[in-house]
Amino acid sequence: MTTLTLAKAINEGLRRAMEDDPKVLIMGEDVGKLGGVFRVTDGLQKDFGELRVIDTPLAESGIVGTAIGLALRGYRPVCEIQFDGFVFPAADQIITQLAKMPLRSLGALKLPVVVRIPCGGGIGAVEHHSESPEAYFTHTAGLRVVACSNPADAYVMIQQAIRCDDPVIFFEPKRRYWEKAEVDTSPEAAAGWPDLHTARVVRPGGDVTVLAYGPMVRTCLEAATAAEEDGRSVEVIDLRSLNPLDTALVTDSVRRTGRCVIVHEAPVYSGFGAELAARITESCFYHLEAPVLRVGGFSTPYPPSKLEEHYLPDLDRVLDAVDRCFAY
Amino acid sequence: MTIDASRGVQAPPELVQLLTPEGERVEHPDYDIDLTPEEIRGLYRDLVLVRRIDLEAVALQRQGELGIWASLLGQEAAQIGSGRALTDADMAFPTYREHGVAWCRDVDPVKLLGLFRGVNHGGWDPVEHNFHLYTIVIGSQTLHAVGYAMGIQRDGAEAAAIVYFGDGATSQGDVNESFIWASVFNAPVVFFCQNNQWAISEPLEKQSRIPLYRRASGFGFPGIRVDGNDVFACLAVTRQALRNAREGNGPTLIEAYTYRMGAHTTSDDPTRYRVADELEAWKLKDPIERLKAYLFKNQLADQAYFEAIDAEADALGRDVRKRCLEMPDPDPLAIFDHVYAHRHPLMEEEREQFAAYLASFEGSEGR
Ligand SMILES: Cc1ncc(C[n+]2csc(CCOP(=O)(O)OP(=O)(O)O)c2C)c(N)n1
Ligand SMILES: [Mg+2]
Repeated sequence: MTTLTLAKAINEGLRRAMEDDPKVLIMGEDVGKLGGVFRVTDGLQKDFGELRVIDTPLAESGIVGTAIGLALRGYRPVCEIQFDGFVFPAADQIITQLAKMPLRSLGALKLPVVVRIPCGGGIGAVEHHSESPEAYFTHTAGLRVVACSNPADAYVMIQQAIRCDDPVIFFEPKRRYWEKAEVDTSPEAAAGWPDLHTARVVRPGGDVTVLAYGPMVRTCLEAATAAEEDGRSVEVIDLRSLNPLDTALVTDSVRRTGRCVIVHEAPVYSGFGAELAARITESCFYHLEAPVLRVGGFSTPYPPSKLEEHYLPDLDRVLDAVDRCFAY
Repeated sequence: MTIDASRGVQAPPELVQLLTPEGERVEHPDYDIDLTPEEIRGLYRDLVLVRRIDLEAVALQRQGELGIWASLLGQEAAQIGSGRALTDADMAFPTYREHGVAWCRDVDPVKLLGLFRGVNHGGWDPVEHNFHLYTIVIGSQTLHAVGYAMGIQRDGAEAAAIVYFGDGATSQGDVNESFIWASVFNAPVVFFCQNNQWAISEPLEKQSRIPLYRRASGFGFPGIRVDGNDVFACLAVTRQALRNAREGNGPTLIEAYTYRMGAHTTSDDPTRYRVADELEAWKLKDPIERLKAYLFKNQLADQAYFEAIDAEADALGRDVRKRCLEMPDPDPLAIFDHVYAHRHPLMEEEREQFAAYLASFEGSEGR
């Protein structure tokens, strides 16, 4: 076991993946000498060289488009998008090509491309640096979409994403990059890794199920601790994978608790929570004591940073929703 | 296998220069300029004042009063030279670093700070100043400028658009598309690229194997490289390009060859990727020092004048600081303002819910 920050855990996972497979490449803006603006690729260019860790020209469409070409040629590119808000210039390549080319080839082509996106707010940044664009990608068939929430998972999930033969959109909660935890980096541990697309109960409870992913998992765990003082037993599930979704784990929990609150930073309106709520309603209808409630950002553009504490779901907003669940 | 994309960049620059780093005035066959002593002193004042505003903003960030700041240090001449070439009717489209151009467009410097302090996303009226909002997504604004210029063209107006962008931005699809649009429609637009040698940690060789101004010829319009630390040359070249645009002769790409003397932003640590010698070499080409030397040598200004400008700069710095600290925090309910031009039921619903939620905390702890 070693103690790693989330950023360092991804760094170690990338390093391991590059050691394991010489076809793994890293490409993005400032990923080389600088090690990325969050230092997630720190030291990798020094150790693996400029042919494997590529400082690209400043163009996201170019990054993803050429990653597709490299993948066609047998490489496994890991693209870094510098901030969530800058994935949009690459949206065309991701949505029209990356997601659909394998199908177009009737399975002849595989595109093992990972697109890493630091996401979410809470770091006091200017516009375009705090967004949660996951729903655009979960809405796009052909992409696998995952979100890590802690160092131990991040270390494992990035390696699994790289090994996956499908394209994976890999969300990293940027405000959690500096949070530390124990990570088992021993090769033997790999045998016990859960599948990339499994959810996990991170805190068992019996009264209400709270679903979260990425940066909101920790917030929900804190809310669960606070709720305990009010005598409420909150089960917190870290979804980890948004597409595909670990439906069994989620519905089992909600059938048990009869209540469900969904929490994400993205706007509630047409957010990923809408898919979750609809599915849960369909599959757990007779077990529900209350409607499935959603907590998220407002249905506005991400506000200036002085207002982000109001925009972002926090412990109080989660508890408020938990309370409302019991009012039915 | 090795990759060496840097060859082309080494080509000798054909650089328009009217004032050497030592402050010597030189002639240029195509781009000469005749400025009165008053005008020259005015340019000097602009340079010093915008550098002072910038320094104050860096200090405010260090003290936690701004979330981040993108310094223009070293790029003052490129911005003041081009900014002073604009007429009132011309329209400017900046990146996030054009504080000097904003100054030329009479935007109150404190208004620039709002975005960096996190109280708004851009707090000035672009129409009032003919100075568009800062654009953070690299390169997007180049297309907006071309479209705006196409509007000018259709209106038959005596005006042009100018758009600012960096060396890194030249790689973006949007920027290349804007070149194509401008060319095909002969739009009255000037592309003003400040090549400050770096796009965060990436040196120019990561973006181009040829000098950037030469890109223009492939798109079918003139490109010219100007000494970006020479305010006279930047003014002369931009004036000419704007005039050409207004007269129906189409776009020009200007590459202002300069240097980002500071960090990319206050969040950046340039010691990780560039050597200190480079900065030292560029300090000898400082845009302000060379104009000061020129003014002094030609007896266009004396010590008392320079001291008066410095005093004015200090007063401006103090004023900017004071008014930055006085900037009110935005009202939480402002989150719902201006999202749509017309009434929107979801905004009203969420605003109401949020107001009630906030009210539920009144009198209690927390929030
Ligand atoms: C589309 C997009 N991708 C990435 C970024 C992050 N980013 C901000 S500034 C910058 C470098 C810009 O370099 P350049 O165009 O040379 O302008 P400079 O900052 O040097 O003035 C990058 C990559 C961004 N703002 N927008
Ligand atoms: Mg630059």
